Amino acid sequence: MTDSLRAETVRFTGHGGDEIEAYLAQPLDEGRLGSVVVIHHMPGYDEGMKEITRKFAAHGYLAVCPNLYSREAPGASPDDAAAVVRALGGVPDDRLVGDVQGAARFLKSLGSSNGRVATIGYCSGGRQSFLAACSLPLDAAVDCYGAFVVGTPPEGMPLKVGPIVHMTEDLSCPLLGLFGADDQYPSPQHVAELEEALKQAGKAYEFHSYEGAGHAFFSADRPSYRPEAAKDGWQRIWEFFGRYLAS
Amino acid sequence: MCTYQTEKLAVSGSGKGPDGWFSLSSATVYFDHPAHYPAEHSLNIDFLNLGDGACSRVAVELDPASARELARAILETLEVVAEKG
Repeated sequence: MTDSLRAETVRFTGHGGDEIEAYLAQPLDEGRLGSVVVIHHMPGYDEGMKEITRKFAAHGYLAVCPNLYSREAPGASPDDAAAVVRALGGVPDDRLVGDVQGAARFLKSLGSSNGRVATIGYCSGGRQSFLAACSLPLDAAVDCYGAFVVGTPPEGMPLKVGPIVHMTEDLSCPLLGLFGADDQYPSPQHVAELEEALKQAGKAYEFHSYEGAGHAFFSADRPSYRPEAAKDGWQRIWEFFGRYLAS
Repeated sequence: MCTYQTEKLAVSGSGKGPDGWFSLSSATVYFDHPAHYPAEHSLNIDFLNLGDGACSRVAVELDPASARELARAILETLEVVAEKG
């Protein structure tokens, strides 16, 4: 594997036939490669998420990060877009599934795809990665501290999200979960409840919870960054994707 | 943590954004990760006009003590005006 890659803004068809913006990063290596749909965190389609998308390409994966806020705030700065979407109640679940389906279809259409696709999501994207894996045929999924897979949002919160742990039976692929032990959303109790549901359903999963880390420990540009947890978490991701996305 | 603690309210007034003054339709108040203020969490307020595009936004990210002082100052100011009125 070389470290050469190309990264650029692309467009593909998402939910409801809508054209959405996305950031594509792809290695310039020869051969067939696995693909990753990167589901951004609640603060949006920002520099940090684009950097993560490039990191996947640098490790030999085709990676695309759809701008889930394309419709509400086309061309807006990530924080302005996130503010509007928060006020409007967040990304509807059915739309998220349609957009991830479009992203997977787009990745598989690339000449260097080996046909295998995973999702990874951070923060709200962690829940959405699980949601996509319970709704679409995928090869692997990673949930990085996704809230409200289990548990209900605080009263009065305008975000229209609810628990989806009841969908565990429909999980189509192995799940890697990476959590902070100091996090409240999801709390260690939420993580334990999800783990129990996965056990009951007989699903393949691997969970790691990091002491001294809270929410968003992968976000290198935020004070929540925890280098030891992030370093180990990345290693787990490479091993997991190496197992399930290889040709 | 992402607290997800969010309140949304309708407001009347005006705000000044990057493109000048605009009418406000709502405010979102939440305690969560800031985009700019260098802390894990802050009290954030977005003044918005949701019918007017994402740039119609005035945003602040305050440390909790500052947010409390601001709330106190607003309420005290309004009380003084009400007493005089």
